[in-house]
Amino acid sequence: MTGALAIGVSERSGARVVPDVSVRRIAGTVRFEGLGKTYTSSAGEVQALSDINLEIEAGEIYGIIGRSGAGKSSLLRSINRLESPSEGRVLVDGEDIAGLNEAGLIRLRRRIGMIFQHFNLLASKTVRENVALPLLIAGVPKDEAATRVAEVLKLVGLEGKEDTYPSRLSGGQKQRVGIARALVNRPEILLCDEATSALDPETTLSILRLLRDINRRLGLTIILITHEMSVIREVCHRVLVLERGQIVETGPVWQVFARPQHDATQALLAPLKRDLPADLAARLRPRAESLTDLHVVELTFAGEAAPDLAALSAAINGPVRLVQAAVERIEGHAIGRLVVLLPGRADLARLPLAARSLGHVAADD
Amino acid sequence: MSPQMIDRLISAFFDTVLMVSASAGIAVVAGIPLAVFLVISGPGGFFPAPRLNRVLGAIVNGFRAVPFIVLLVALIPFTRLVTGTTIGVWAAVVPLAISATPFFARIAEVSLREVDPGLVEAAQSIGASRWQIVRHVLLPEALPGIIGGFTITVVSMIGASAMAGAVGAGGLGDVAIRYGYQRFDTTIMVVVIVILVALVSLVQISGDTAVRRLRAR
Ligand SMILES: Nc1ncnc2c1ncn2[C@@H]1O[C@H](COP(=O)(O)OP(=O)(O)OP(=O)(O)O)[C@@H](O)[C@H]1O
Ligand SMILES: [Mg+2]
Repeated sequence: MTGALAIGVSERSGARVVPDVSVRRIAGTVRFEGLGKTYTSSAGEVQALSDINLEIEAGEIYGIIGRSGAGKSSLLRSINRLESPSEGRVLVDGEDIAGLNEAGLIRLRRRIGMIFQHFNLLASKTVRENVALPLLIAGVPKDEAATRVAEVLKLVGLEGKEDTYPSRLSGGQKQRVGIARALVNRPEILLCDEATSALDPETTLSILRLLRDINRRLGLTIILITHEMSVIREVCHRVLVLERGQIVETGPVWQVFARPQHDATQALLAPLKRDLPADLAARLRPRAESLTDLHVVELTFAGEAAPDLAALSAAINGPVRLVQAAVERIEGHAIGRLVVLLPGRADLARLPLAARSLGHVAADD
Repeated sequence: MSPQMIDRLISAFFDTVLMVSASAGIAVVAGIPLAVFLVISGPGGFFPAPRLNRVLGAIVNGFRAVPFIVLLVALIPFTRLVTGTTIGVWAAVVPLAISATPFFARIAEVSLREVDPGLVEAAQSIGASRWQIVRHVLLPEALPGIIGGFTITVVSMIGASAMAGAVGAGGLGDVAIRYGYQRFDTTIMVVVIVILVALVSLVQISGDTAVRRLRAR
């Protein structure tokens, strides 16, 4: 790392760079084989994970989403063996981590950084001391440690806060300290357990941008847990939906967003979806009652180029009035949902986009 | 007050200070490792040793249940074994230290338990060994509470040291009983009380200040 790594939190660019397979690093892969986890407590047995099979590639940002209690933390924590599997195996860079002795485990953990929802910073240590702790523990010489701490603090944008105690920092700054501490050992993998759940939306965005920036600059694998789809949309390349300890859906983020298959995914996506405008919904009727009635149609597209609006109009040979639209680009794929008003006679089959009738309304009163 | 009496008071004062500091020193050296062990070997700790944990817990409770004055007498053979005598400052240090150690260990244990488990987890995630977690996380994070507990321990030891005086250990308690009580010398009694109050206040204020400084970070 050099000074050139200083972060400039850039505005969100539409296309995310998917890790280039040809220059794929070997370091930073994670593989789950038939992973299962059962907790035994006084309350009985809880099956937190069952039969998880998954491969996470080096350099990607992999999102794990699911409702509370779905098993997200259990899955993430099995990667650095904060939790040991009950069944199956976890391989980091091809090595089964169950076989590691204490020294091996410590070496593994130095290759895997982790950040937490509640930051978990030491109140008794300054920002500098918190970030330096992994190096102190690893026995890195003092002056080298000082240089590396300065580098990561610059990377996360915390210059000038070195001698502050964590209690005097904002949530976003605390998480930046957490990120700096996780990066100072130069890990191959960064685990984030609800790293933005305690932050306001704006700070969340700045932390997510920082993570994406780090992923690009340092090429490390980031595996992050969240229960908010918006976080996944913002930074992840691929996503896994976990429900009651099982994988119910995986794939590139844009695909999961465009065509959610499982109920759990749809439920998680619901907060991002907008309902029909209330006044329109109130006037909606199941079938046309007069020839002048307008047809309310939902058009959806995914993966294709952004739709040509003139082509829509041409296809039905009539006016297309746009009522509502949600359009975005995820990893270079256009995904959208438009609600339009078409003349009652328009033939939906001729439209170039997937169309679904929502009902009819009387023409403008 | 006669000059001899003043000399006697001065030397009694230093005897008390010596008794209390020596046994407080032992209580720290023995009590902190004991407290750490009780925490990390107990349920949910990262150094599980349930059986030893229960045994040590029971021993600690046993010593804490015995009143100091009884302990003082019961320990006489042991004291003689260790110091070769049963009178004087050093003979008092043995029972004082043995009574203060479990007391302090329990208080320190509470502070150590209050350290957020998330911090231990964060330390594990950066590859800290168990000893490093104790050294860099548990102890520094619990320090304000440990110092507060140490203050309480020292204050109660100042009181206990006066009792030790009653069995011939010297110190301020000894002077108060021999001259103040048995010879009805009210002045001596009052002077001893004033000195004890000043000593206790000094300890309490220094402890509180240290804790406040640490917590203000
Ligand atoms: N140490 C434990 N002992 C017993 N049960 C546990 C333990 N940790 C987790 N569980 C249980 O395992 C299940 C999965 O928990 P986990 O923490 O992995 O879920 P999660 O998806 O991270 O939830 P959240 O979003 O609330 O953090 C839950 O039912 C939880 O109660
Ligand atoms: Mg969780």
